[in-house]
Amino acid sequence: MSETAEYAETAPPGKGDAAPAATGSKTSRTPSPWRSRLYRWDIKASPYVFVAPFFLFFGAFGLFPLLYTGWASLHRLELTNLDDSTWLGLDNYTNLLQSEYFWNALGNTFTIGVISTVPQLAIALGIAHLLNYKLRGSTLWRVAMLAPYATSVASASLVFTLLFAWDGGMVNWLIGSVGFDPVNWRESSWGSQFAVSSIVIWRWTGYNALIYLAAMQAVPHDLYESAALDGASRWQQFRHVTIPMLRPTILFTVVVSTIGATQLFGEPLLFGGTAGSKGGADHQFQTLGLYLYDQGWINGHLGRASAVAWLMLVILLLIAAVNMLIARRLRKDR
Amino acid sequence: MRSSTFRRSRRPRRLVAYAATAALATSLLAACSSDDEGGSAGDGKITLNVGTFGVLGLKQAGLYDEYEKSHPNITIKENVIERNDAYYPKLLTQLQSGAGVNDVAAIEVSNITEVVQTQGAKFEDLGKAKGVDKSTYLDWKWKQATTEDGKTIGLGVDIGPTALCYRKDLFEKAGLPTDREKLAKEWAGDWDKYVALGKKYMEKAPKGTKFVDSASSVYNAVFAGATERYYDKSGKEIYEDSQGRKDAWDAAMKVAQGDMSAKLKQFDPTWDQGFANARFATVACPAWMAGYIQEKGGAEGKGQWDMAKAPTDGNWGGTFLGVPSAGKHKKEATELAVWLTQPEQLAKVFAKQASFPSTPSAYDTLKPSAATKAYFNDAPITEIFADIAKNTPSAVYGIKDAQIGQSITDIGVLQVEQQGKSPDEGWEAAQKEIKDVLGQ
Repeated sequence: MSETAEYAETAPPGKGDAAPAATGSKTSRTPSPWRSRLYRWDIKASPYVFVAPFFLFFGAFGLFPLLYTGWASLHRLELTNLDDSTWLGLDNYTNLLQSEYFWNALGNTFTIGVISTVPQLAIALGIAHLLNYKLRGSTLWRVAMLAPYATSVASASLVFTLLFAWDGGMVNWLIGSVGFDPVNWRESSWGSQFAVSSIVIWRWTGYNALIYLAAMQAVPHDLYESAALDGASRWQQFRHVTIPMLRPTILFTVVVSTIGATQLFGEPLLFGGTAGSKGGADHQFQTLGLYLYDQGWINGHLGRASAVAWLMLVILLLIAAVNMLIARRLRKDR
Repeated sequence: MRSSTFRRSRRPRRLVAYAATAALATSLLAACSSDDEGGSAGDGKITLNVGTFGVLGLKQAGLYDEYEKSHPNITIKENVIERNDAYYPKLLTQLQSGAGVNDVAAIEVSNITEVVQTQGAKFEDLGKAKGVDKSTYLDWKWKQATTEDGKTIGLGVDIGPTALCYRKDLFEKAGLPTDREKLAKEWAGDWDKYVALGKKYMEKAPKGTKFVDSASSVYNAVFAGATERYYDKSGKEIYEDSQGRKDAWDAAMKVAQGDMSAKLKQFDPTWDQGFANARFATVACPAWMAGYIQEKGGAEGKGQWDMAKAPTDGNWGGTFLGVPSAGKHKKEATELAVWLTQPEQLAKVFAKQASFPSTPSAYDTLKPSAATKAYFNDAPITEIFADIAKNTPSAVYGIKDAQIGQSITDIGVLQVEQQGKSPDEGWEAAQKEIKDVLGQ
């Protein structure tokens, strides 16, 4: 026990080359050579063993599916017969790029993404700002913020489906009481997108608010004090102290939310009810995720679905690149 | 500071890490192996998994309990996925990978042709199983699940002889006849007459109600009686010119454009509410729907609903039970599937759930009428369904029936009914969707 400890002291991990010398000078105190070899092996191998689970998991559940999907996207592969695939080259991709359903899904993903992400982050910022004040029962409020996030997509979507029901839904009842005509939320194109976004906003706003809150609490208090001394109002403090200090956090949430929006799937699927993968009678809220599911699991064209998946990956990489550029610009600005 | 803590706790920490890794690895292995065992415990008990979509009625009729009692070594577990459009892809994946298959798997009739043609090799031949008597099953039902080389991969559970269910109270308020015989005679043979009655209903419709739940319901009911469906005998798609498809489409369009529909989407939560709140007066009523109406309509609907023969006799829906060859307990599973589809058992399912047996020899034992009968104002539902089943024309099912049907009802009909598009636009959209589905 003590030997190990001393040994560890002389040869900290990361300096593997020091190990042989160290053991050499201490042979008298080391009972057997194989044990010391074991120690040496331990020092070198342990880190790999520790990180191995991640790489094994990544290999099995990340890399392999990724490569297999890439392979499948170049073949005609049907759900009814996975043993038989014919080489298509890039046909799946060219077909997709010519398919109006694909472009429609891409457009929907973008618009739903914008109308859900922008208000969601803005509201989250506002809520975080409010929660950052000294409040009675602040923990309660913070837990309450997380409640929608903890709700399953399924139950949240079910409730919203009923709220937005064409016939007897509460939303239509509300706007009816103000004198407007009822809206067929699911079948109108902007109505359905609005409804889907509202589910996303409801579920994720609290989550983002807590991230902002955590970042806000790391803002040094004396900044506010000096701002207050200079006569800055609460709003001015928020604009000129909080927001700039939160910039990296905001960027992070934007990236995460954008990725989430690109992969949006559960909410529109469940909002659509039966045959939800079509995203409405006119595909008016069919996102890329739904389109992939529809192609692969309803129509059984796994090759095409794989091509959609790879195009989604490319889109995500593009978004990441754009985000990186913006981040770099922001950093230079400061 | 850092190095001293490092020194003191290095060994234990490493032990913890090793232990955690080992625990993780073993739990993973355990997760895999428990799947492989298929639930056979050490005491010789066998768990048979039955995969179904929606309510099949086997469990509700107490058949599993009964079987477990007579076979003490068997436990039956039903894995239900509510909707077939989610259940079916899963079934296909399980069959392809051979992992996680249910010992007994339900197959919906609109998928049966595809399963027979593409998955035939992955199922046990139930036609040759002990205790199976081909003559007890409806001939066309038997043929649907039989491959070209004579292998029967599924035994018929229920079929969907399709009647019309209507709210007697709403009909009365709208000044329409309420007698089931009279109604059946009034619209017999022609769906146009049914639509005409709908027009009459709408003139004096009780506030907040419509004649029918959805245009898709009408489409499906009319299509159920079609002799020509989406495919011809050689397996070629004929959905564009098929007479059955055209008739069904036209009827649905009349209902959609005549504002006779409550514009609900079938099997949605709002549709369920429509039953509870009496928002519509008629609904296409295959036998399995009777149980559904009773469940969703609740106590208030009891005795208000009635049932009449539809203008044409047809079949909408139905189920088969198959035994995937990748299952762990094929022998026991086959025995179970055979037992479950015996006429006596199917008669019990009818009594409880009104799912109509695919074994005509069960019809005589159906006399003690179904539990749903009182709900439908004591309509002789046994006779009505048996009569329809007898007169249903034989129809050719195709490989992508389910997806084509869904494209027509959920894209085409819905665009006209709910988005106010013209029938031509709706049909064009449906056609485009079908082409996409078929990968053309």
